[in-house]
Amino acid sequence: MSEGLDAWQLIASGDATLISIVRLSLTVTLGAVAVAAVVGLPLGALLALTRFPGRSALVVLVNGFMGLPPVVVGLTVYLLLSRSGPLGEFGLLFTPAAMVIAQALLVLPIIAALTRQTIEDLWREYRDELTAMGVGPTGRVATLLWDSRFSLITAMLAGFGRAAAEVGTVMIVGGNIDGFTRTMTTTIALETSKGDLPLAMGLGAILIGLILAINAAAWGLRLWSEQRVA
Amino acid sequence: MTKRAALTDLPLVLDRVSLSAGATTMLDRLNLAITPGAPTLVLGPNGAGKTSLLRVCMGLAAPSAGTVSWGGRTDRGLGRRAMLLQKPVMLRRSVAANVAYALAQAGCPRHRRAARTEELLDRVALLGLAARPARRLSSGEQQRVALARALAREPEILLLDEPTASLDPAATRHVEEIILMASQSGTKIVMASHDLGQVRRLAGDVVFLVRGRLCEHASVGDFFDRPSSAEAAAFIHGELVL
Repeated sequence: MSEGLDAWQLIASGDATLISIVRLSLTVTLGAVAVAAVVGLPLGALLALTRFPGRSALVVLVNGFMGLPPVVVGLTVYLLLSRSGPLGEFGLLFTPAAMVIAQALLVLPIIAALTRQTIEDLWREYRDELTAMGVGPTGRVATLLWDSRFSLITAMLAGFGRAAAEVGTVMIVGGNIDGFTRTMTTTIALETSKGDLPLAMGLGAILIGLILAINAAAWGLRLWSEQRVA
Repeated sequence: MTKRAALTDLPLVLDRVSLSAGATTMLDRLNLAITPGAPTLVLGPNGAGKTSLLRVCMGLAAPSAGTVSWGGRTDRGLGRRAMLLQKPVMLRRSVAANVAYALAQAGCPRHRRAARTEELLDRVALLGLAARPARRLSSGEQQRVALARALAREPEILLLDEPTASLDPAATRHVEEIILMASQSGTKIVMASHDLGQVRRLAGDVVFLVRGRLCEHASVGDFFDRPSSAEAAAFIHGELVL
């Protein structure tokens, strides 16, 4: 009970360490979702609209990668970025950039797979109409992405949820360095094993609160814009 | 637009055109020439192939056999054609944005789009609903949005798939007026219908389909007064044609 009380005091006092951890977590997660969206939205749309040999295999692969084990992604990125790895010269291992890369790889299949499904369904509905209006391939992609924007926000939230809750990957490639690559999830894991439960609980509460807040904001945006457009 | 205006899509000629999917034959060796002039109405019982015929005429579907040509050209690339689908799909945007989108696709320069959108919405009497989400409109209003989108292409041929099928008489009259106006300003109308009254009101000539085959192609007067096939005679008298 007293540990719970301590946790709330920690949050309420605006502890500097706490704030920097929260800020880093948000930056890394949002950065990863942004990178994954920039690649995943067009990739999903492309998969939905094009037919080529091996497409089915690729669709299955992308769908399957939604369940990619985080530690495996962490290990792969670790090997790529380590001093002796192919990308070692950039010195990214154990930096926030490495964490963004690793999490983006985790989130990418989620966004790409959900985008593919959404765009494919919408294309079925829009095909004749867009063809009759003379819309070319690029215009199609842009139109379908824009017109399914509400569903795609949900896809990005799913990606955000995964990245925000994730601990294995960022632990491996970030190294959980105090004040530099320590995120909410890695801190919770560390502090729990150290026995500092108030900080762990406080961070846990903040993490859940943030995820709920972002989802609530997205939901509100969706309601508001559907009222106006859909 | 000046470049496109040089090309014409008429006459639209179907030469032994068949359309089938799997074991189903939607169109069966159809020969038909659509020429400039008064509206051509495509008539026939449900499942006769009216929608398939319009889709082929639009270039939305490639015939499984035979050839379609537009002004002598056989590439399906969009010329100066527009089509109003039986169930038009509204983009998830405002009414005005739907029309502006069609204008953009038709090559209307950006600075003229707002004025043209207003003009078209005025033509289909939807100016008051310009800012409303298009998908929230009634089906009659959506039909008119789609009509405005089709007219945005300034089509030489306007294909309409039963545009008044689900409308009440007042809305039907309104849509028919817009269609007649387009026809009078030189757009060739090709329109599917199963409403005989509508055919009498609008048609110059009638294309009568039964089970995917061209049963009769005649002027509206001849079609009603001297039908040459038993099926057409039965259809005119309100009997069931199977």
